[in-house]
Amino acid sequence: MRSTAMSDEATAKRLAKIFGAFLVIGATSFGGGVIAHLRTHIVVRRGWTDDKTFIELLTISQTLPGLKAANLAMLLGDRLAGTAGAVAAIAGICLPGAALMYLVGVMYQVERQRPLVEAALTGVAPAAVGLILATTAKLGRASLSCIADLMFVALTVICVNRLHLSVPLALLGVGLLAILWHVFTGAPKGQPT
Amino acid sequence: MMDDLVALGRVFAYLSLMTLGGGIAIYPELNKLVVDGHGWLTLPQLDYLYGVGQAAPGPNLMVVSVGALTAGLPGALSVLVAFVGPPALLALVVGRVWSKLQGRPWFVATQRGLTPVSIGLLLAGCLTFAKGALTGWTTVLIGAVVFFVVLRTNINPAAMVLAGAVAGILAFGLH
Repeated sequence: MRSTAMSDEATAKRLAKIFGAFLVIGATSFGGGVIAHLRTHIVVRRGWTDDKTFIELLTISQTLPGLKAANLAMLLGDRLAGTAGAVAAIAGICLPGAALMYLVGVMYQVERQRPLVEAALTGVAPAAVGLILATTAKLGRASLSCIADLMFVALTVICVNRLHLSVPLALLGVGLLAILWHVFTGAPKGQPT
Repeated sequence: MMDDLVALGRVFAYLSLMTLGGGIAIYPELNKLVVDGHGWLTLPQLDYLYGVGQAAPGPNLMVVSVGALTAGLPGALSVLVAFVGPPALLALVVGRVWSKLQGRPWFVATQRGLTPVSIGLLLAGCLTFAKGALTGWTTVLIGAVVFFVVLRTNINPAAMVLAGAVAGILAFGLH
């Protein structure tokens, strides 16, 4: 962005490309699992970033308040083209859903539950479950490297789903434990100290 | 009108920072403020809109419809900006600080430690969602098929969701 080598026109083109990519995700990711759509489009299809960076940014998005997918779009956009890229990405991903929810709000009185829509959504929900689960598995395969990591995954799930700890508390507790584990068991190979 | 907009902005900026751990985390607080506190919506309205927001594409922006119901387009816009803006700004700042810290001795340990927790949170959210979504063998089958196809291929997820919708209509909508 700050590079003088890049002309204004090239910058505008790049921003339009980013906005367009996130707009498509924002318009097609029905039924939840936006993270899966983001990974497929941004990492796999366009190759704009790799799984490692994607997970890193996902971690930041999940650690902070806000809608996970919106935060992640913001961070991806920032990495791609700075502040303008961040704004283009978050605007793109939010616009379709926001427009739709505006219409739903305005038309609330005339809206009726339609059996066919209900039936479709009954099929969409488990599809979203499969989608998120598969994406979680793929991300796990790309980022988890030892048994301890798998245990921390399991521990997080137990804390949230079984012990019903709040997410921030689970994050703090398990996160701290995992960080200390990695501090004391030594850094991975090739790490600069 | 102006009072409504200011109140909407204030309430949703506050709520936006309460969304730690996913949109559903604010539901009790949303209920308290929007239904009980300001009376902008009734509880059935809120439940319905939340469900629609979950099914709508992109992040769940059901809060926009609360703004629309209360104060039309200006209401929707002020809610959108108030709800998405503060966390996004925070994410931007933290993201930049984060990339500056790269290479510090404790940074790698922090990153490696938080990654499994991040994956775990994704899994936990998915399992919670699954409880409501997997209601019988048909839905389990849909979920399993999508899982294996997505795991094995790089198919556009939208195609799988569409397939789920068609399967849902065929299984539940035609009698």
